[in-house]
Amino acid sequence: MSTEILVFFIFVLSIFLGFELISKVPSMLHTPLMSGTNAIHGIILLGGMLVLADAGNTLTVALGFVAVVFGSANVFGGFMVTDRMLQMFKKKKK
Amino acid sequence: MSPFIALTFIAVAVLFILGIKLLGSPRSARLGNLLAGFGMLIALIATIPLLGSGDASLWQHGWSLNYTLMAVGIVIGLIIGAIGAYSVKMTAMPQMVAAFNGLGGGAAALVGSLEFLRRAHGMEDVAAAVTIPMLFATLIGSLSFSGSIIAYLKLEGKFEKPHTFPGQNFLNGLILLVILGLFGWLTFNATGGNAITAFIVMFSLTLLFGIAMVMPIGGADMPVVISLLNSFTGLAVAADGFAINNLAMVVAGTLVGSSGTLLTLLMCKAMNRPVTNVLFGAFGSGGGGGKSGADDLAGKSVKPIQADEAALLLAYAQRVVVVPGYGMAVAQAQHQVRELSDELGKRGVEVQFAIHPVAGRMPGHMNVLLAEANVPYDQLYEMEAINPSMDRVDVCLVIGANDVVNPAAREEKSSPIYGMPIIEADHAKTVIVMKRSMAKGFAGIENHLFYKDNTRMLFGDAKASLNALIAAVKAG
Repeated sequence: MSTEILVFFIFVLSIFLGFELISKVPSMLHTPLMSGTNAIHGIILLGGMLVLADAGNTLTVALGFVAVVFGSANVFGGFMVTDRMLQMFKKKKK
Repeated sequence: MSPFIALTFIAVAVLFILGIKLLGSPRSARLGNLLAGFGMLIALIATIPLLGSGDASLWQHGWSLNYTLMAVGIVIGLIIGAIGAYSVKMTAMPQMVAAFNGLGGGAAALVGSLEFLRRAHGMEDVAAAVTIPMLFATLIGSLSFSGSIIAYLKLEGKFEKPHTFPGQNFLNGLILLVILGLFGWLTFNATGGNAITAFIVMFSLTLLFGIAMVMPIGGADMPVVISLLNSFTGLAVAADGFAINNLAMVVAGTLVGSSGTLLTLLMCKAMNRPVTNVLFGAFGSGGGGGKSGADDLAGKSVKPIQADEAALLLAYAQRVVVVPGYGMAVAQAQHQVRELSDELGKRGVEVQFAIHPVAGRMPGHMNVLLAEANVPYDQLYEMEAINPSMDRVDVCLVIGANDVVNPAAREEKSSPIYGMPIIEADHAKTVIVMKRSMAKGFAGIENHLFYKDNTRMLFGDAKASLNALIAAVKAG
Protein backbone atom coordinates (compact mmCIF):
# COMPACT_ATOMS: atom_id res chain seq x y z
CA MET A 1 0.00 0.00 0.00
CA SER A 2 1.34 3.43 -0.88
CA THR A 3 1.82 6.13 1.74
CA GLU A 4 -0.87 8.31 0.14
CA ILE A 5 -3.45 5.55 0.56
CA LEU A 6 -2.46 4.99 4.19
CA VAL A 7 -2.76 8.70 4.95
CA PHE A 8 -6.12 8.74 3.19
CA PHE A 9 -7.20 5.79 5.32
CA ILE A 10 -6.31 7.71 8.48
CA PHE A 11 -8.17 10.73 7.10
CA VAL A 12 -11.37 8.72 6.60
CA LEU A 13 -11.17 7.17 10.08
CA SER A 14 -10.63 10.62 11.61
CA ILE A 15 -13.79 11.91 9.94
CA PHE A 16 -15.88 9.29 11.70
CA LEU A 17 -14.05 9.81 14.98
CA GLY A 18 -14.76 13.55 14.85
CA PHE A 19 -18.48 12.90 14.39
CA GLU A 20 -18.58 10.38 17.23
CA LEU A 21 -16.69 12.58 19.67
CA ILE A 22 -19.21 15.40 19.83
CA SER A 23 -22.50 13.71 19.03
CA LYS A 24 -23.83 14.30 22.57
CA VAL A 25 -22.72 17.71 23.69
CA PRO A 26 -25.08 20.03 25.63
CA SER A 27 -25.71 23.30 23.80
CA MET A 28 -24.14 25.35 26.63
CA LEU A 29 -20.78 23.87 25.60
CA HIS A 30 -21.11 24.53 21.88
CA THR A 31 -19.18 27.80 22.01
CA PRO A 32 -16.26 26.49 24.13
CA LEU A 33 -16.14 23.40 21.93
CA MET A 34 -15.99 25.50 18.79
CA SER A 35 -13.27 27.60 20.38
CA GLY A 36 -11.34 24.53 21.54
CA THR A 37 -11.38 22.88 18.12
CA ASN A 38 -10.46 26.26 16.65
CA ALA A 39 -7.31 26.13 18.77
CA ILE A 40 -6.57 22.58 17.64
CA HIS A 41 -6.46 23.55 13.98
CA GLY A 42 -3.77 25.98 15.09
CA ILE A 43 -1.51 22.99 14.48
CA ILE A 44 -1.07 24.72 11.11
CA LEU A 45 1.75 26.50 12.96
CA LEU A 46 3.76 23.30 12.42
CA GLY A 47 3.13 23.55 8.70
CA GLY A 48 4.18 27.19 8.73
CA MET A 49 7.43 26.31 10.53
CA LEU A 50 8.18 23.49 8.10
CA VAL A 51 7.67 25.61 4.96
CA LEU A 52 9.55 28.58 6.43
CA ALA A 53 12.53 26.30 7.15
CA ASP A 54 12.59 25.37 3.45
CA ALA A 55 11.91 28.84 2.08
CA GLY A 56 14.67 30.07 -0.25
CA ASN A 57 13.86 33.53 -1.61
CA THR A 58 12.64 36.77 -0.05
CA LEU A 59 9.01 36.31 -1.10
CA THR A 60 8.66 32.78 0.26
CA VAL A 61 10.49 33.68 3.47
CA ALA A 62 8.13 36.63 3.97
CA LEU A 63 5.02 34.54 3.29
CA GLY A 64 6.32 31.75 5.52
CA PHE A 65 6.95 34.26 8.28
CA VAL A 66 3.36 35.55 8.00
CA ALA A 67 2.09 31.94 8.11
CA VAL A 68 4.06 31.35 11.33
CA VAL A 69 2.72 34.53 12.95
CA PHE A 70 -0.87 33.67 11.96
CA GLY A 71 -0.55 30.05 13.08
CA SER A 72 1.06 31.03 16.36
CA ALA A 73 -1.70 33.57 17.12
CA ASN A 74 -4.32 30.94 16.24
CA VAL A 75 -2.88 28.27 18.49
CA PHE A 76 -1.90 30.32 21.54
CA GLY A 77 -4.83 32.72 21.40
CA GLY A 78 -7.21 29.83 20.75
CA PHE A 79 -6.24 27.82 23.79
CA MET A 80 -6.09 30.86 26.04
CA VAL A 81 -9.49 32.20 25.03
CA THR A 82 -11.05 28.74 25.47
CA ASP A 83 -9.52 28.42 28.91
CA ARG A 84 -10.90 31.83 29.85
CA MET A 85 -14.38 30.78 28.78
CA LEU A 86 -14.17 27.51 30.68
CA GLN A 87 -12.93 29.15 33.86
CA MET A 88 -16.45 30.55 34.08
CA PHE A 89 -17.90 27.07 34.43
CA LYS A 90 -16.29 26.45 37.80
CA LYS A 91 -18.74 24.99 40.24
CA LYS A 92 -19.81 27.52 42.79
CA LYS A 93 -18.67 26.68 46.31
CA LYS A 94 -21.33 26.93 48.93
CA MET B 1 10.71 10.64 10.22
CA SER B 2 12.31 8.62 12.98
CA PRO B 3 10.14 6.05 14.78
CA PHE B 4 10.45 8.01 18.01
CA ILE B 5 9.02 11.17 16.47
CA ALA B 6 6.31 9.15 14.74
CA LEU B 7 5.28 7.64 18.10
CA THR B 8 5.29 11.10 19.65
CA PHE B 9 2.82 12.27 17.00
CA ILE B 10 0.56 9.32 17.82
CA ALA B 11 0.57 10.47 21.47
CA VAL B 12 -0.30 13.96 20.23
CA ALA B 13 -3.26 12.60 18.26
CA VAL B 14 -4.48 10.73 21.36
CA LEU B 15 -4.23 13.90 23.46
CA PHE B 16 -6.29 15.82 20.88
CA ILE B 17 -8.95 13.10 20.78
CA LEU B 18 -9.21 12.97 24.59
CA GLY B 19 -9.21 16.76 24.69
CA ILE B 20 -12.19 17.06 22.33
CA LYS B 21 -13.99 14.27 24.19
CA LEU B 22 -13.55 15.99 27.59
CA LEU B 23 -14.58 19.34 26.13
CA GLY B 24 -18.03 17.83 25.67
CA SER B 25 -18.94 17.77 29.36
CA PRO B 26 -19.12 20.76 31.74
CA ARG B 27 -17.11 19.12 34.51
CA SER B 28 -14.16 18.04 32.43
CA ALA B 29 -14.16 20.72 29.72
CA ARG B 30 -11.32 22.75 31.17
CA LEU B 31 -9.14 19.69 31.60
CA GLY B 32 -9.92 18.74 28.00
CA ASN B 33 -8.69 22.09 26.74
CA LEU B 34 -5.51 21.78 28.80
CA LEU B 35 -4.86 18.26 27.48
CA ALA B 36 -5.24 19.43 23.88
CA GLY B 37 -2.95 22.38 24.62
CA PHE B 38 -0.39 20.03 26.14
CA GLY B 39 -0.60 17.86 23.01
CA MET B 40 0.03 20.93 20.89
CA LEU B 41 3.13 21.81 22.90
CA ILE B 42 4.53 18.29 22.38
CA ALA B 43 3.75 18.51 18.66
CA LEU B 44 5.65 21.81 18.42
CA ILE B 45 8.72 20.41 20.16
CA ALA B 46 8.65 17.21 18.09
CA THR B 47 8.60 19.31 14.91
CA ILE B 48 11.94 20.98 15.62
CA PRO B 49 14.06 17.97 14.49
CA LEU B 50 11.95 17.78 11.30
CA LEU B 51 12.72 21.33 10.21
CA GLY B 52 14.54 21.79 6.93
CA SER B 53 14.94 19.19 4.26
CA GLY B 54 18.15 18.25 2.48
CA ASP B 55 20.85 20.88 2.52
CA ALA B 56 18.77 23.41 4.44
CA SER B 57 18.55 21.18 7.49
CA LEU B 58 19.01 22.81 10.86
CA TRP B 59 21.40 20.09 11.96
CA GLN B 60 23.62 20.19 8.91
CA HIS B 61 23.90 23.90 8.28
CA GLY B 62 23.17 25.25 11.68
CA TRP B 63 21.19 28.37 12.45
CA SER B 64 19.99 30.57 9.62
CA LEU B 65 17.90 33.69 9.20
CA ASN B 66 14.85 31.50 8.62
CA TYR B 67 15.07 30.09 12.13
CA THR B 68 15.48 33.51 13.68
CA LEU B 69 12.37 34.66 11.79
CA MET B 70 10.56 31.53 12.93
CA ALA B 71 11.29 32.20 16.59
CA VAL B 72 10.38 35.87 16.22
CA GLY B 73 7.19 34.95 14.38
CA ILE B 74 6.10 32.51 17.08
CA VAL B 75 6.70 35.10 19.79
CA ILE B 76 4.77 37.79 17.86
CA GLY B 77 1.89 35.36 17.36
CA LEU B 78 1.98 34.45 21.04
CA ILE B 79 1.77 38.11 22.03
CA ILE B 80 -1.08 38.84 19.58
CA GLY B 81 -2.93 35.74 20.78
CA ALA B 82 -2.45 36.51 24.47
CA ILE B 83 -3.52 40.13 24.11
CA GLY B 84 -6.55 39.08 22.07
CA ALA B 85 -7.53 36.30 24.44
CA TYR B 86 -7.15 38.20 27.71
CA SER B 87 -8.25 41.69 26.76
CA VAL B 88 -11.48 40.69 25.07
CA LYS B 89 -14.68 41.18 27.03
CA MET B 90 -16.71 38.04 27.67
CA THR B 91 -19.45 39.46 25.48
CA ALA B 92 -17.07 39.71 22.53
CA MET B 93 -15.88 36.09 22.68
CA PRO B 94 -17.61 35.06 19.45
CA GLN B 95 -15.75 37.58 17.32
CA MET B 96 -12.47 36.57 18.96
CA VAL B 97 -13.06 32.97 17.89
CA ALA B 98 -13.81 34.26 14.38
CA ALA B 99 -10.57 36.25 14.35
CA PHE B 100 -8.40 33.34 15.48
CA ASN B 101 -10.13 31.08 12.99
CA GLY B 102 -9.43 33.57 10.20
CA LEU B 103 -5.74 33.66 11.11
CA GLY B 104 -5.60 29.85 11.09
CA GLY B 105 -7.30 29.81 7.68
CA GLY B 106 -4.84 32.39 6.38
CA ALA B 107 -1.90 30.34 7.64
CA ALA B 108 -3.32 27.20 6.01
CA ALA B 109 -3.72 29.04 2.70
CA LEU B 110 -0.15 30.36 2.86
CA VAL B 111 1.31 26.95 3.65
CA GLY B 112 -0.58 25.44 0.71
CA SER B 113 0.51 28.31 -1.57
CA LEU B 114 4.19 28.11 -0.60
CA GLU B 115 4.25 24.40 -1.18
CA PHE B 116 2.57 24.91 -4.54
CA LEU B 117 4.92 27.74 -5.60
CA ARG B 118 7.98 25.77 -4.56
CA ARG B 119 6.99 22.87 -6.80
CA ALA B 120 5.76 25.11 -9.63
CA HIS B 121 9.27 26.57 -9.89
CA GLY B 122 10.71 23.07 -10.19
CA MET B 123 11.40 21.26 -13.44
CA GLU B 124 9.57 18.00 -12.95
CA ASP B 125 5.83 17.49 -13.33
CA VAL B 126 3.86 17.18 -10.13
CA ALA B 127 1.37 14.33 -9.70
CA ALA B 128 -2.28 15.25 -9.27
CA ALA B 129 -2.40 13.38 -5.95
CA VAL B 130 0.08 15.94 -4.60
CA THR B 131 -1.36 19.01 -6.32
CA ILE B 132 -4.95 18.53 -5.22
CA PRO B 133 -4.30 18.78 -1.44
CA MET B 134 -2.17 21.92 -1.93
CA LEU B 135 -4.80 23.59 -4.10
CA PHE B 136 -7.57 22.49 -1.77
CA ALA B 137 -5.79 23.89 1.30
CA THR B 138 -5.20 27.20 -0.45
CA LEU B 139 -8.77 27.43 -1.67
CA ILE B 140 -10.53 26.52 1.60
CA GLY B 141 -7.99 28.34 3.78
CA SER B 142 -8.32 31.65 1.97
CA LEU B 143 -12.11 31.31 1.88
CA SER B 144 -12.06 30.81 5.64
CA PHE B 145 -9.69 33.76 6.05
CA SER B 146 -11.74 36.38 4.21
CA GLY B 147 -15.07 34.91 5.38
CA SER B 148 -13.96 35.05 9.04
CA ILE B 149 -12.90 38.67 8.71
CA ILE B 150 -16.36 39.60 7.44
CA ALA B 151 -17.96 37.52 10.24
CA TYR B 152 -15.74 39.32 12.75
CA LEU B 153 -16.71 42.74 11.43
CA LYS B 154 -20.39 41.82 11.39
CA LEU B 155 -20.25 40.75 15.03
CA GLU B 156 -18.47 44.01 15.83
CA GLY B 157 -21.56 45.73 14.48
CA LYS B 158 -20.23 46.75 11.06
CA PHE B 159 -22.62 46.10 8.16
CA GLU B 160 -24.64 43.75 10.33
CA LYS B 161 -27.59 43.59 7.95
CA PRO B 162 -27.59 41.15 5.07
CA HIS B 163 -26.23 42.77 1.90
CA THR B 164 -27.88 41.64 -1.27
CA PHE B 165 -28.22 42.96 -4.78
CA PRO B 166 -29.93 41.66 -7.91
CA GLY B 167 -27.91 39.07 -9.75
CA GLN B 168 -25.78 38.32 -6.70
CA ASN B 169 -26.51 34.64 -6.87
CA PHE B 170 -25.50 34.58 -10.51
CA LEU B 171 -22.29 36.56 -9.93
CA ASN B 172 -21.24 34.38 -6.97
CA GLY B 173 -21.97 31.27 -8.99
CA LEU B 174 -19.85 32.64 -11.82
CA ILE B 175 -16.90 33.40 -9.51
CA LEU B 176 -17.18 29.92 -8.04
CA LEU B 177 -17.20 28.35 -11.50
CA VAL B 178 -14.05 30.25 -12.51
CA ILE B 179 -12.34 29.19 -9.26
CA LEU B 180 -13.25 25.54 -9.81
CA GLY B 181 -12.15 25.76 -13.43
CA LEU B 182 -8.74 27.10 -12.43
CA PHE B 183 -8.53 24.42 -9.74
CA GLY B 184 -9.16 21.73 -12.34
CA TRP B 185 -6.68 23.17 -14.82
CA LEU B 186 -3.97 23.64 -12.19
CA THR B 187 -4.39 20.06 -11.00
CA PHE B 188 -2.83 18.85 -14.24
CA ASN B 189 -0.68 21.87 -15.14
CA ALA B 190 1.11 22.62 -11.91
CA THR B 191 4.45 23.86 -13.21
CA GLY B 192 5.68 26.90 -15.10
CA GLY B 193 4.85 30.60 -15.31
CA ASN B 194 1.25 30.12 -16.51
CA ALA B 195 0.56 27.93 -13.52
CA ILE B 196 1.81 30.61 -11.15
CA THR B 197 -0.35 33.30 -12.79
CA ALA B 198 -3.42 31.05 -12.73
CA PHE B 199 -2.69 30.22 -9.11
CA ILE B 200 -2.56 33.88 -8.07
CA VAL B 201 -5.83 34.57 -9.91
CA MET B 202 -7.47 31.62 -8.14
CA PHE B 203 -6.17 32.79 -4.74
CA SER B 204 -7.50 36.34 -5.24
CA LEU B 205 -10.88 35.19 -6.52
CA THR B 206 -11.27 32.87 -3.53
CA LEU B 207 -10.58 35.70 -1.10
CA LEU B 208 -13.26 37.69 -2.92
CA PHE B 209 -15.65 34.74 -2.85
CA GLY B 210 -15.25 34.41 0.94
CA ILE B 211 -16.39 38.02 1.32
CA ALA B 212 -19.23 37.58 -1.17
CA MET B 213 -20.39 34.43 0.61
CA VAL B 214 -20.67 35.93 4.11
CA MET B 215 -21.86 39.47 3.24
CA PRO B 216 -25.47 38.45 2.50
CA ILE B 217 -25.83 36.59 5.81
CA GLY B 218 -27.33 38.45 8.77
CA GLY B 219 -25.47 39.08 12.04
CA ALA B 220 -27.71 36.65 13.92
CA ASP B 221 -26.49 33.73 11.85
CA MET B 222 -22.79 34.46 12.33
CA PRO B 223 -22.32 31.68 14.95
CA VAL B 224 -23.32 29.11 12.35
CA VAL B 225 -21.06 30.76 9.78
CA ILE B 226 -18.10 30.80 12.18
CA SER B 227 -18.67 27.18 13.10
CA LEU B 228 -18.74 26.27 9.41
CA LEU B 229 -15.62 28.28 8.61
CA ASN B 230 -13.95 26.67 11.64
CA SER B 231 -14.53 23.23 10.15
CA PHE B 232 -13.33 24.57 6.77
CA THR B 233 -10.04 25.66 8.32
CA GLY B 234 -9.73 22.20 9.88
CA LEU B 235 -10.09 20.60 6.44
CA ALA B 236 -7.58 23.03 4.94
CA VAL B 237 -5.08 22.10 7.66
CA ALA B 238 -5.69 18.39 6.98
CA ALA B 239 -5.04 19.00 3.27
CA ASP B 240 -1.81 20.81 4.12
CA GLY B 241 -0.90 17.77 6.21
CA PHE B 242 -1.31 15.65 3.06
CA ALA B 243 0.77 18.07 1.02
CA ILE B 244 3.73 18.26 3.38
CA ASN B 245 3.32 14.73 4.67
CA ASN B 246 2.62 15.52 8.32
CA LEU B 247 0.24 13.03 9.93
CA ALA B 248 -0.41 15.09 13.08
CA MET B 249 -1.82 17.86 10.88
CA VAL B 250 -3.96 15.38 8.94
CA VAL B 251 -5.49 13.90 12.09
CA ALA B 252 -5.96 17.18 13.99
CA GLY B 253 -7.33 19.00 10.94
CA THR B 254 -9.75 16.22 10.05
CA LEU B 255 -11.04 15.93 13.62
CA VAL B 256 -11.79 19.65 13.62
CA GLY B 257 -13.30 19.44 10.15
CA SER B 258 -15.75 16.67 10.95
CA SER B 259 -16.63 17.67 14.51
CA GLY B 260 -17.05 21.26 13.30
CA THR B 261 -19.43 20.14 10.55
CA LEU B 262 -21.52 18.21 13.05
CA LEU B 263 -21.50 21.18 15.45
CA THR B 264 -22.72 23.43 12.63
CA LEU B 265 -25.59 21.05 11.92
CA LEU B 266 -26.46 20.86 15.66
CA MET B 267 -26.63 24.66 15.83
CA CYS B 268 -28.91 24.82 12.81
CA LYS B 269 -31.07 22.12 14.36
CA ALA B 270 -31.43 24.21 17.53
CA MET B 271 -32.87 26.97 15.33
CA ASN B 272 -34.91 24.44 13.37
CA ARG B 273 -33.49 25.66 10.07
CA PRO B 274 -31.65 23.68 7.45
CA VAL B 275 -28.06 24.82 6.96
CA THR B 276 -28.75 25.81 3.35
CA ASN B 277 -31.40 28.22 4.60
CA VAL B 278 -28.90 29.91 6.91
CA LEU B 279 -26.24 30.24 4.21
CA PHE B 280 -28.41 31.16 1.26
CA GLY B 281 -31.61 32.31 2.98
CA ALA B 282 -31.01 35.99 2.31
CA PHE B 283 -31.00 35.32 -1.42
CA GLY B 284 -34.57 34.09 -1.42
CA SER B 285 -37.67 36.24 -1.30
CA GLY B 286 -38.49 35.41 2.32
CA GLY B 287 -38.54 39.12 3.21
CA GLY B 288 -42.33 39.43 2.94
CA GLY B 289 -43.05 37.20 5.92
CA GLY B 290 -42.93 39.84 8.62
CA LYS B 291 -45.51 42.08 6.96
CA SER B 292 -48.68 40.21 7.76
CA GLY B 293 -47.68 40.14 11.41
CA ALA B 294 -47.39 43.89 11.47
CA ASP B 295 -50.91 44.25 10.02
CA ASP B 296 -52.38 42.07 12.75
CA LEU B 297 -50.82 44.29 15.32
CA ALA B 298 -52.25 47.52 13.90
CA GLY B 299 -54.27 49.23 16.60
CA LYS B 300 -52.76 47.19 19.40
CA SER B 301 -50.45 48.87 21.82
CA VAL B 302 -47.92 47.78 24.40
CA LYS B 303 -48.31 48.38 28.14
CA PRO B 304 -45.31 50.00 29.77
CA ILE B 305 -44.50 49.42 33.43
CA GLN B 306 -42.28 51.28 35.90
CA ALA B 307 -39.47 49.66 37.88
CA ASP B 308 -41.27 50.06 41.26
CA GLU B 309 -44.32 48.18 40.12
CA ALA B 310 -42.25 45.52 38.38
CA ALA B 311 -40.23 45.03 41.57
CA LEU B 312 -43.46 44.51 43.51
CA LEU B 313 -44.62 41.84 41.06
CA LEU B 314 -41.27 40.07 41.34
CA ALA B 315 -40.94 40.29 45.10
CA TYR B 316 -44.36 38.77 45.73
CA ALA B 317 -44.07 36.02 43.14
CA GLN B 318 -43.42 32.43 44.09
CA ARG B 319 -41.63 31.39 40.97
CA VAL B 320 -39.75 33.68 38.60
CA VAL B 321 -38.12 32.60 35.34
CA VAL B 322 -35.48 34.85 33.80
CA VAL B 323 -34.95 34.67 30.04
CA PRO B 324 -31.69 36.41 29.15
CA GLY B 325 -30.80 37.44 25.61
CA TYR B 326 -28.32 39.46 23.64
CA GLY B 327 -29.56 42.71 25.25
CA MET B 328 -28.20 41.50 28.58
CA ALA B 329 -24.81 40.85 26.96
CA VAL B 330 -24.72 44.28 25.32
CA ALA B 331 -25.59 46.04 28.57
CA GLN B 332 -23.04 43.89 30.46
CA ALA B 333 -25.85 43.35 32.94
CA GLN B 334 -25.10 39.78 34.02
CA HIS B 335 -23.85 40.86 37.47
CA GLN B 336 -27.01 42.88 38.10
CA VAL B 337 -29.07 39.89 37.03
CA ARG B 338 -27.28 37.76 39.62
CA GLU B 339 -27.79 40.42 42.31
CA LEU B 340 -31.50 40.67 41.56
CA SER B 341 -31.78 36.89 41.61
CA ASP B 342 -29.99 36.78 45.00
CA GLU B 343 -32.27 39.47 46.45
CA LEU B 344 -35.37 37.62 45.27
CA GLY B 345 -33.92 34.37 46.59
CA LYS B 346 -33.53 35.95 50.04
CA ARG B 347 -37.22 36.78 49.99
CA GLY B 348 -38.07 33.16 49.26
CA VAL B 349 -38.79 33.54 45.57
CA GLU B 350 -37.72 30.60 43.45
CA VAL B 351 -35.63 31.98 40.59
CA GLN B 352 -34.75 29.96 37.52
CA PHE B 353 -32.96 30.91 34.33
CA ALA B 354 -34.24 29.64 30.99
CA ILE B 355 -31.54 29.44 28.36
CA HIS B 356 -32.53 29.19 24.72
CA PRO B 357 -29.96 27.26 22.69
CA VAL B 358 -29.36 30.23 20.38
CA ALA B 359 -29.88 33.10 22.82
CA GLY B 360 -27.18 35.71 22.40
CA ARG B 361 -24.89 35.40 19.47
CA MET B 362 -23.44 31.98 20.13
CA PRO B 363 -24.80 28.81 21.68
CA GLY B 364 -23.73 28.85 25.30
CA HIS B 365 -23.17 32.62 25.20
CA MET B 366 -25.65 33.20 28.05
CA ASN B 367 -24.24 30.32 30.11
CA VAL B 368 -20.78 31.81 29.91
CA LEU B 369 -21.98 35.27 30.94
CA LEU B 370 -24.12 34.04 33.82
CA ALA B 371 -21.33 31.76 35.00
CA GLU B 372 -19.03 34.78 34.93
CA ALA B 373 -21.44 36.48 37.33
CA ASN B 374 -21.41 33.36 39.55
CA VAL B 375 -24.95 32.25 38.90
CA PRO B 376 -24.87 28.60 40.05
CA TYR B 377 -25.44 26.42 37.06
CA ASP B 378 -28.07 24.30 38.77
CA GLN B 379 -30.28 27.38 38.41
CA LEU B 380 -29.86 27.32 34.63
CA TYR B 381 -32.42 25.34 32.66
CA GLU B 382 -32.43 24.45 29.01
CA MET B 383 -35.46 25.33 26.95
CA GLU B 384 -36.89 21.80 26.83
CA ALA B 385 -36.58 21.45 30.60
CA ILE B 386 -38.43 24.64 31.46
CA ASN B 387 -41.15 24.85 28.80
CA PRO B 388 -43.52 22.20 30.25
CA SER B 389 -43.83 24.16 33.50
CA MET B 390 -44.01 27.68 32.06
CA ASP B 391 -47.75 27.96 32.80
CA ARG B 392 -46.98 27.65 36.52
CA VAL B 393 -44.61 30.60 36.47
CA ASP B 394 -45.78 33.80 38.17
CA VAL B 395 -43.42 36.23 36.47
CA CYS B 396 -41.28 35.65 33.43
CA LEU B 397 -38.59 38.33 33.20
CA VAL B 398 -37.29 38.69 29.65
CA ILE B 399 -33.99 40.59 29.64
CA GLY B 400 -32.97 41.70 26.18
CA ALA B 401 -34.24 38.58 24.44
CA ASN B 402 -36.55 38.90 21.47
CA ASP B 403 -36.85 36.32 18.70
CA VAL B 404 -36.33 33.39 21.09
CA VAL B 405 -39.57 34.25 22.93
CA ASN B 406 -41.61 35.30 19.90
CA PRO B 407 -44.84 33.25 19.76
CA ALA B 408 -44.96 33.87 16.00
CA ALA B 409 -42.53 30.95 15.72
CA ARG B 410 -45.38 28.78 16.99
CA GLU B 411 -48.47 30.50 15.63
CA GLU B 412 -47.75 32.17 12.35
CA LYS B 413 -46.90 30.06 9.35
CA SER B 414 -45.73 32.99 7.21
CA SER B 415 -43.17 34.14 9.78
CA PRO B 416 -39.52 33.63 8.82
CA ILE B 417 -38.88 32.07 12.21
CA TYR B 418 -41.92 29.76 12.04
CA GLY B 419 -41.04 26.37 13.46
CA MET B 420 -38.13 27.54 15.58
CA PRO B 421 -38.52 26.19 19.11
CA ILE B 422 -39.04 29.07 21.56
CA ILE B 423 -39.14 29.57 25.30
CA GLU B 424 -42.86 29.87 25.97
CA ALA B 425 -42.65 33.07 27.98
CA ASP B 426 -46.23 33.98 27.02
CA HIS B 427 -47.54 31.06 29.08
CA ALA B 428 -46.41 32.70 32.34
CA LYS B 429 -49.01 34.59 34.37
CA THR B 430 -47.18 37.86 33.85
CA VAL B 431 -44.37 38.68 31.47
CA ILE B 432 -42.04 41.62 32.06
CA VAL B 433 -39.96 42.47 29.03
CA MET B 434 -36.88 44.65 29.58
CA LYS B 435 -35.91 46.31 26.36
CA ARG B 436 -34.24 49.50 25.18
CA SER B 437 -36.83 50.33 22.54
CA MET B 438 -39.38 48.69 20.31
CA ALA B 439 -36.65 47.83 17.80
CA LYS B 440 -36.92 44.44 16.17
CA GLY B 441 -34.69 41.46 16.88
CA PHE B 442 -32.22 39.91 14.49
CA ALA B 443 -34.93 38.24 12.48
CA GLY B 444 -36.30 41.72 11.79
CA ILE B 445 -39.89 40.86 12.67
CA GLU B 446 -42.50 42.13 15.13
CA ASN B 447 -42.77 40.26 18.40
CA HIS B 448 -46.39 39.44 19.28
CA LEU B 449 -45.37 38.72 22.85
CA PHE B 450 -44.96 42.44 23.49
CA TYR B 451 -48.60 43.06 22.61
CA LYS B 452 -50.17 40.34 24.76
CA ASP B 453 -52.50 41.31 27.59
CA ASN B 454 -50.28 39.76 30.27
CA THR B 455 -47.11 41.48 29.02
CA ARG B 456 -45.61 44.64 30.53
CA MET B 457 -42.73 46.52 28.93
CA LEU B 458 -39.95 47.94 31.10
CA PHE B 459 -38.11 50.28 28.73
CA GLY B 460 -34.52 51.32 29.25
CA ASP B 461 -30.97 50.02 29.31
CA ALA B 462 -30.98 46.59 30.94
CA LYS B 463 -28.32 47.51 33.47
CA ALA B 464 -30.03 50.72 34.59
CA SER B 465 -33.44 49.02 34.79
CA LEU B 466 -32.01 46.15 36.81
CA ASN B 467 -30.35 48.53 39.25
CA ALA B 468 -33.68 50.26 39.73
CA LEU B 469 -35.37 46.88 40.26
CA ILE B 470 -32.74 45.79 42.79
CA ALA B 471 -33.12 49.03 44.75
CA ALA B 472 -36.90 48.72 44.73
CA VAL B 473 -36.86 45.07 45.83
CA LYS B 474 -34.44 45.91 48.66
CA ALA B 475 -36.62 48.80 49.78
CA GLY B 476 -39.83 46.80 49.56
